[in-house]
Amino acid sequence: MTNQRAILAVADLSVDLGGRSILRDVSFNLYPGQLCALIGENGAGKTTLLRTLLGLISQRAGTVLIDGEVPRKHRALVGYVPQKITFDPDLPLRTRDLVRLGLDGHHLGLPLWNSRTDAAVDAALQAVGAEDFADRRVGELSGGQQQRAVIAHALVRKPRLLILDEPLANLDFGSANALVDLLGKLIAQQQMTVLVTAHDMNPLIPVMDRLVYLVDGRAATGTVAEVVQPEVLSKLYGYPVSVLRHGGRILVLPDAPENADVANLNRCAGH
Amino acid sequence: MFSSFMINTWIAGTAIALVAAFVGYFVVIRRSAFAAHALPLGAFPGAAAANLLGVNPFVGLLVFVGMGVLLLRQLARMGRRDVATGLLLVLFLGMGALFLSMTNEYAPEVFSLLFGEMLGVSKADLWPILGICAVVSVLMITIYRPLLLDSSFPDLAALKGIPAARMDLLFLSLLALVTASALPVVGAFLVFTLLVGPPAAAQALSTHPLRSLLLAVIFAEGSIWLAIALSYWSNWPIGFFVGMIGAGLFNLARSYRSWSQRQRGAKLLAIS
Repeated sequence: MTNQRAILAVADLSVDLGGRSILRDVSFNLYPGQLCALIGENGAGKTTLLRTLLGLISQRAGTVLIDGEVPRKHRALVGYVPQKITFDPDLPLRTRDLVRLGLDGHHLGLPLWNSRTDAAVDAALQAVGAEDFADRRVGELSGGQQQRAVIAHALVRKPRLLILDEPLANLDFGSANALVDLLGKLIAQQQMTVLVTAHDMNPLIPVMDRLVYLVDGRAATGTVAEVVQPEVLSKLYGYPVSVLRHGGRILVLPDAPENADVANLNRCAGH
Repeated sequence: MFSSFMINTWIAGTAIALVAAFVGYFVVIRRSAFAAHALPLGAFPGAAAANLLGVNPFVGLLVFVGMGVLLLRQLARMGRRDVATGLLLVLFLGMGALFLSMTNEYAPEVFSLLFGEMLGVSKADLWPILGICAVVSVLMITIYRPLLLDSSFPDLAALKGIPAARMDLLFLSLLALVTASALPVVGAFLVFTLLVGPPAAAQALSTHPLRSLLLAVIFAEGSIWLAIALSYWSNWPIGFFVGMIGAGLFNLARSYRSWSQRQRGAKLLAIS
């Protein structure tokens, strides 16, 4: 796998925003067909990292290469699903119109009928299982359906790398599992490479090949087994943490202070 | 009603309704209705200043509406676009009051630019109006798709390299041009209705982007033709009819939409 060219290569990336250092020396590679999870709490720098990968923010130091080129040159290679898209319920757009704008929204002139365009739109709708609501107004869809519509919008140009920002936030367990299945299917059937951000790594563990664990702008990268270790994460957090594994689930917790009064802890637990 | 002095009004009205529907379609999607209300009021200080200096009011109007676009962009860049728009509106009215107070003669041009004047279209006015409408139509058709994407989902448009700031400036400039061409017929206070009434009604009725645009054009043409005819027969100001028809259309379309939504909801309940 390593003799293949990385679809995404991030090396020693540092980004400042408004004079504040947001990311420091972040490095990782992503190879075709992999799913990489970018895990971190609010404010850890996940969205900033994504926006830098998309070429919307410039870095202070380091490099980002998408298939060997700077992000701005490779817009069609990357599909992006933003975290929060608010749909105006009155928007005169059906799901298929939103998907079509993903294909030709940057072209000039009126959108004329074209069988090749229609076929591409239908294929993207089918890939995300959106055929049932293809002709409904996007603003009237449920949250999970709107997310699928935006994924189809991102997929229709056949990108090689699909980036999703917090796709599991605000989804119930059932919808979250369905989305994880969909991502696995896209990788298997369309040889897609996927980068997903999340607060919680657990729903993604079954499909995840690599992990970028972000704490306060610094990253530890590797497989789950390599990164989610007490020594690695304690170093990243700057204080001791424990890793609890139970039934395939992982929980990262800060250690109790050494001088904690055990009797006091027991009393609190009793109430 | 179709006598020679009315023919210019019919031609100008038809051209204005077309571009007002085009631009208004995006005013509604972008939720820029407040800007669409404030910008035309640049006509008031513009016409008053032109009256004071003895130049063509149309020139004064273009200058002030154009300055309004730049000022709005500048103020909005610092955040709180709604506040910036409100301040611009009052700035326009205040400047108009100042210029009007400097001249002690009655200014009919100012009044007609504010409230519209059905017979205000002379042959000399007609050509600039048609020219502006042609330019706006061509530009709107050219940037239709990027503008639709930028207006609906600015985040997704930025990813395709569509620059939000430049789109906004271009859109406001088109809005200013339409405003300038429509003012002599429907007036500054009432051009707003023509811009938002028909497109909002059309968007409530059709989910198809191009079909709802076409419907907006049909509604706008219908509104202005009806307004011209009613104004001719009744001798009441045309702006009154444009306002009434626009508000009526919007109300009917929204009522129909919520009624049909309730029907669909009831049907879904019956199935399950």
